[in-house]
Amino acid sequence: MKSEKCGCSGPSRRDFLKTGVVALCGAAACGCSGGSNLLKEEEKIKLLSPDGELIEVARSQIGPAVPPVGKLEAREGIPGRKFVMVIDLAKCNNARKCITSCQKMHYSPSDVEWLQVKLMKDNDQASPYWFPKTCFHCDNPPCVKVCPVDATYKRSDGLVLIDNDRCIGCKFCMAACPYSTRVFNWTEPELSEEAKMCSYSPEASVPAQEGTVEKCDFCPDMARLGELPDCVTSCPNGVFYFGDENEDTVTNGEETVRFSQLIKDKAGYRYMEELGTKPRVYYLPPTDRIFPVERGLENVESDPLREMFKDIIDGSPTI
Amino acid sequence: MKYKIDSNQIQEDLSWISHPPSKLWWSWIIFLLLCIAIGMYALYLQIAEGHIVTGMRDNVVWGIYIANFIFFLGLSYAGAIIGAFFHLFKVPWRRPIIRISSLIAVIGAIVGPVFILLCIGRLDRLHYLFIHARIQSPIIWDVFAISTYIVAAILFLYLGVIKDFAVFRDSSELNFSRWRRKFYNLMAINYQGKEEQKIIINKTRNLLAIILVPMVVIISSILSWIFGMTLRPGWHSTIFGPYFVLAAIYSGTGAIIVAMWIFRKMYNLKKYFTDRHFVYMGVVLIILGTGYGYFTFSEYLTSWYASDKWDSELIDKLLDPEYYGVWFFISNVLGILIPIIVMVFKKLRTPGLITLASVIVLISLWIKRYLIVVPTLETTLIPIQDIRPEYLFYSPTWVEYALTLAGFASFFLFISLASRFITIIPMSELAEEGGINIY
Ligand code: SF4
Repeated sequence: MKSEKCGCSGPSRRDFLKTGVVALCGAAACGCSGGSNLLKEEEKIKLLSPDGELIEVARSQIGPAVPPVGKLEAREGIPGRKFVMVIDLAKCNNARKCITSCQKMHYSPSDVEWLQVKLMKDNDQASPYWFPKTCFHCDNPPCVKVCPVDATYKRSDGLVLIDNDRCIGCKFCMAACPYSTRVFNWTEPELSEEAKMCSYSPEASVPAQEGTVEKCDFCPDMARLGELPDCVTSCPNGVFYFGDENEDTVTNGEETVRFSQLIKDKAGYRYMEELGTKPRVYYLPPTDRIFPVERGLENVESDPLREMFKDIIDGSPTI
Repeated sequence: MKYKIDSNQIQEDLSWISHPPSKLWWSWIIFLLLCIAIGMYALYLQIAEGHIVTGMRDNVVWGIYIANFIFFLGLSYAGAIIGAFFHLFKVPWRRPIIRISSLIAVIGAIVGPVFILLCIGRLDRLHYLFIHARIQSPIIWDVFAISTYIVAAILFLYLGVIKDFAVFRDSSELNFSRWRRKFYNLMAINYQGKEEQKIIINKTRNLLAIILVPMVVIISSILSWIFGMTLRPGWHSTIFGPYFVLAAIYSGTGAIIVAMWIFRKMYNLKKYFTDRHFVYMGVVLIILGTGYGYFTFSEYLTSWYASDKWDSELIDKLLDPEYYGVWFFISNVLGILIPIIVMVFKKLRTPGLITLASVIVLISLWIKRYLIVVPTLETTLIPIQDIRPEYLFYSPTWVEYALTLAGFASFFLFISLASRFITIIPMSELAEEGGINIY
C-alpha cells in the first residue's frame, strides 16, 4: 500500500481529512488505499461534510484518519526511538528508484532531489561506486547549531527536522551543512492539487513553501504508522536498511538484521567521521559488489551527465 | 601637527552649507536616485518571483549580497573605530577626520544590513529573529551586535555635531531657510554652550569612544564567525576574527581618504584637509595594510602548505587564472603593495596618489570579500555532479548587480545629503581650538 504524505489519496477525501470530519464517519471509517482503485465502480457512502453538505465517497477511499502531529509533538520525537539507517554500497546500481519515490511522496519536482546518488571514486586506484546520500541526521548537527530561529532542530528520536512555517530562509544551515544536504525553494513551488491540500507538519514536510529550506526527513510520519520510508521500500536492490538503534534492528523490507552485528560484520562506517558530526547514517563499504558500476549509467537520463559519470569511471577521482 | 585655522574665517569658509546647491549637485542626486530606482525594480522582481532571479542556487547560497554586506559593514566599523580611537588619544589633527569617519560609520551601518535582508528568503518572517531568537546562532549574535552598534555609532556622530547644530540655529552669518532653522533648533536640543552642557557632551563622547573601540573589534569578529563557525574550507579558520577586524579598518581608512579628497575638492577645503592629513592617513593605511597583508599571507600559506584535500581544492581555484587567479592577484597583491609603494617614495606621497591607492584598496577589498564568500561555497565537500551551470558556479544576475549599484548609490546619496545638512568640518570645535567660541 502506497500512502503518500497526507496519508490519503483522493482530493475530496483529503479535504475531508483536513477539516477533521473523521469523527462523523463513526463506524464507517475508513481505509485509505492506492489511487489505482479509484477507477473501479464502487459502493459509495454518503457523508456529511464540515460545511453541512452531503457528499458521496467510495468505500475504499475511507480509512482511519491519521492527522499530522502537532508542531510541539513534531519537535519532541517519537518516544523511545533512535532511528538509524544503513546503506549498503555493495548493492547500489543507481537504479534511482529511491529518488523518484521520494519525489513522488513529497510531491517534489523532478529537479529537486532530497536524496541523491553520487558517483564516487576515492583515489586513482580505487574503483568507482554509486553512493546514495540522504540527510545524515547527525547527532552533532552543524545546521541545527547555526539556525537563528530554531526552525531546524534535533529530536529525541535522532531526527533533524525543519519547521517550514518557522524557517526565515537565511540559508545559514545550507552553508553550514558539510554534506550539501539541504535544498532551497528558490521560487514559488508548483504544487499539485493534492500537495496543496495537505496540512503541513514538519514530520511530513509537505507542501513546500517558497523561500524556505527543505531536506530528507527520514519520513517520521511513516514511522508513526509503522511503515518504512519510501526510499527503503522502493529500492529494487535492498540497499537501504532503516530501523531503530534502541531495538538494534534494521530492515530493508526483505531482511531484518541486528544493526550492531551488521556494522561489525561488514565494517560499517560513517561518512567523513573526521568532521565530528556523528551521522546517524552508516555505510557498508562497496566490496563484493553485485553489479558492475557501469550498470548505473543506464538510468542516467541526461546525456551530458552520463558523459560526466563516464569520465569519472574512466578517469581520475571525483573532483 | 597644530592646525593654524583662522577661526573667524571658518563660518565664511563653510557658508556654502546655507547656499542653495549647485546644478551639478542636483544632477548627481538625480543620477543616484535613478540608480536606486533601478535597484527598486530589481527588488520588486526578486520579491515577486523569488530568489530564482538571482544567481544563487543550492550550492552557492550566498553571493554578491553578502560580499556587499561585509564590505559596507567593514567601512562602517572602520569609521567608528578610527573616530573613537582618534578621539580617545586626542590625535592633534583628528577633528575633521572624526566627523567624516563617524558619518561613514553611521551610513555604512545603515546600508550594510540591507544586503543581508536581500539574502533572506522570507522577509515576512523577519520578526522571528526576535521572537524565536536562538542564542547559539552566530546570526543572532550579529543581530544584537549590529543593532547595539548602530545606536552607539549614531550617538557618537550626533554628540559631535550638536555644537554645530547650535551654531546653525543661531548664526546670523549663515542664511538658512526657516524650516532648516527649525530643524537645527530641534537637533541642537537646547545647547547653549553652557559649561555643564559641554561637560556632559564631552563625558558622554569619551565614554562612547571607550565603548566603541572594543565593540568594533567584537562585532567584526562576530561577523567573521558567521563563516568561521562552519565546517567549510577557507572559512573554518581561527584567523578569521582578527582578519576581518583588520580588513574592515583597512578598507575603511581607504574610504575616509577618498571622502576627504572628494570633499576637499568639492567644497574647497584645502585649509582643513591639508596635504599632511593625507600623508598621516596614508601612514595609517600602510600600517593596517601590512598587518592585513601578513594575515593574508599566513592564511593562504598554511592552507596551501598543509594541503588538506578541500583546502587545496579551494586554493587551486583561487590561484588558477581561469577561475579566480586575476581577482586573487588584484585583491591580495595589488591591494596591499600599491599603498606601500605610494607611501614609501616621498615623491609619490601626494594627496592624489594616496587617494588613488585608497581607491585600489577599496576595490581590492570588495573583491576580497567576494573571494571569501563565493569560491568556498563552490567547493563542496561532496562532489556536486550536476550539469546545470548555475549549480556549479555562481555568477551574479543583473538583479544582483542592480541592487548592488543601488546600495552604493544610497551610500553616496546619504553622504551627499548629510554633507548638506552638517558641515564636513566640525566648525565650532575647530573655532574653539583656535581660541574663539562660536559655541
Ligand atoms: S534557512 Fe531556515 S532552517 Fe536554515 S538556518 Fe535559516 S532559518 Fe534555520
